[in-house]
Amino acid sequence: MSLSRAANPWRKLGPSGIFLFGLLILNALGVILPLLLMLISAIKPTPEIFASPFALPQTWSLNNFARVWESGRFDLYFRNSILITVGAEILILGFSAMAGYALGRFKFRLNDAIYVFFLAGLMFPAKLVLVPLFVQLKEMGLINSHFGLILVYAAGGIPAAVFILTGFFRALPSDLDNAARIDGASEWQVFWKVMLPLVRPQLAIVAIYTAIPIWNDFLLPLVFLQDPTLKTVPQGLTVFFGEYATDYGPLFAGLTLAAMPLILLYLLLSEQFIKGLTAGATKG
Amino acid sequence: MRLERNLWLVIFLAPALLLMVIFTLWPAVAALGYSLYSWTSFNREEFVGLENFRKLLSFPFRDDFLEAMRHNVLAFIGLMVIQNGLGLALAYALWKQPPLMRFFRATVFLPVILSLVVVGFLWKLFLDPLIGPITKLANMSGIASFAPLGDPAWALFTLICVNAWRWVGFPTLVFLAGMNAIPDDYYEAARLDGATEWQVFRQIMLPLLAPAFTTIIILTFIGSIEWFELPYVMAGVSGNPGGATDTMALMFYRLAFGAASEATSNVGVAAAISVILFVIVGVGSAIGALYLRRREVEM
Repeated sequence: MSLSRAANPWRKLGPSGIFLFGLLILNALGVILPLLLMLISAIKPTPEIFASPFALPQTWSLNNFARVWESGRFDLYFRNSILITVGAEILILGFSAMAGYALGRFKFRLNDAIYVFFLAGLMFPAKLVLVPLFVQLKEMGLINSHFGLILVYAAGGIPAAVFILTGFFRALPSDLDNAARIDGASEWQVFWKVMLPLVRPQLAIVAIYTAIPIWNDFLLPLVFLQDPTLKTVPQGLTVFFGEYATDYGPLFAGLTLAAMPLILLYLLLSEQFIKGLTAGATKG
Repeated sequence: MRLERNLWLVIFLAPALLLMVIFTLWPAVAALGYSLYSWTSFNREEFVGLENFRKLLSFPFRDDFLEAMRHNVLAFIGLMVIQNGLGLALAYALWKQPPLMRFFRATVFLPVILSLVVVGFLWKLFLDPLIGPITKLANMSGIASFAPLGDPAWALFTLICVNAWRWVGFPTLVFLAGMNAIPDDYYEAARLDGATEWQVFRQIMLPLLAPAFTTIIILTFIGSIEWFELPYVMAGVSGNPGGATDTMALMFYRLAFGAASEATSNVGVAAAISVILFVIVGVGSAIGALYLRRREVEM
């Protein structure tokens, strides 16, 4: 009898195995059915959602989506969300790679102290310092400004990014950068041309880890962006839900529209998403 | 040479450090100061010492605040049991490498990537007393009036369940990673000694999962204490019905930014709440980390 897991097929595991398999199936249904129901409701006219919520639509129609796209201003919200997320990511990846490189590859007196300072940043989510941050951004003229929000998100994402990247830079073999230096490369060239390409897969992990919370964030835009033309997708959704109140067809269409880009991306890259989003919580 | 190297270090480190000092460290230091002043809207008036904290703990704020804090604690307990308990069971099921393992793993994690605003509204629609499909199901099975979000006895529990729906994939995959890190020899040795599956799970796997538990308990604690988005989306800024789903973060938001007029806003008391939140999160996680770490065993 072999006892290793791979050689121990599921069906031989008895009642506990069947129970656990049932649990997995139930859970998968619990995730998929609500999302499917959202999609189905989005292509139904509102009266049909009332009459037969679980039936497939009698006529498939993208009418709800058209209404949402025109009056819900989702084009605008998407543009704002993309701009903010991409802007913050450029700063996070660029600055954290530089800092991670310095901390991971150089021995200097303040190295440990600076590393701990970055770690301490993990303890200060913007949520807890919202009031002073609001006043400070107001004084700097950065309220109602995408740029202000980008800077705040960048500062919030940098600690985790530096933490993850420093570890990766530290693990790279030491002769690589020295060989390049002997060949006469400047420090910037060593960083940009030699070291950075080696951590490219880790940069992707860091990007997912830091970008998803920014894309999904609600509280900071709610407080810092009051101008209707600046709002992000999650924020726009709340405006939209206030306006449509009981017109359920467009509401489901709005939810579908807001959720779809990430779901599609996830279906393509689920391994990277899982690795990226659990990066802080699991080793390796 | 050394000077040049130090110059490069400054260039590499300065941008990240500057952003953190300006947008994290400085506001964090200021937050403490803010709670010690009186405010008219967002204009600072005079130094009042601990007056804002005294106000928070007396009429009319006291009862609301303690009630909100109770909801945060209940959310923590509920999420530990429902979300993390289910996560542990799902992780164990996945660890056994069932058929379609990759499919199940991808599905369980899917809701984690969704915005809480989308998740909150989706379940709010599903539970809508008029058209909600779940309401219809409840009606069909004999429950005449089904409106858990409008019922003070059930609203908080409903929010906890929706939160668990969205987050359960996270503890699942953290536990799974922990289980996969335990060498197979441990289980084989135990089974050769005649241990039952339950004994192996309880006496070998659970103790060795302690680091994963530390991570999950602390993250759940922080998330529960700072709970904001889901209650805001599903229950409104005052935690309907009748404050049954109010949280400390919602109360903070109402006092600082959500007031109907400047007369009812109270930035000073809001700042006091944020300082208390910060202390609870900081002290709680530190104590948790130290205490839980001690229980971890070396592999």
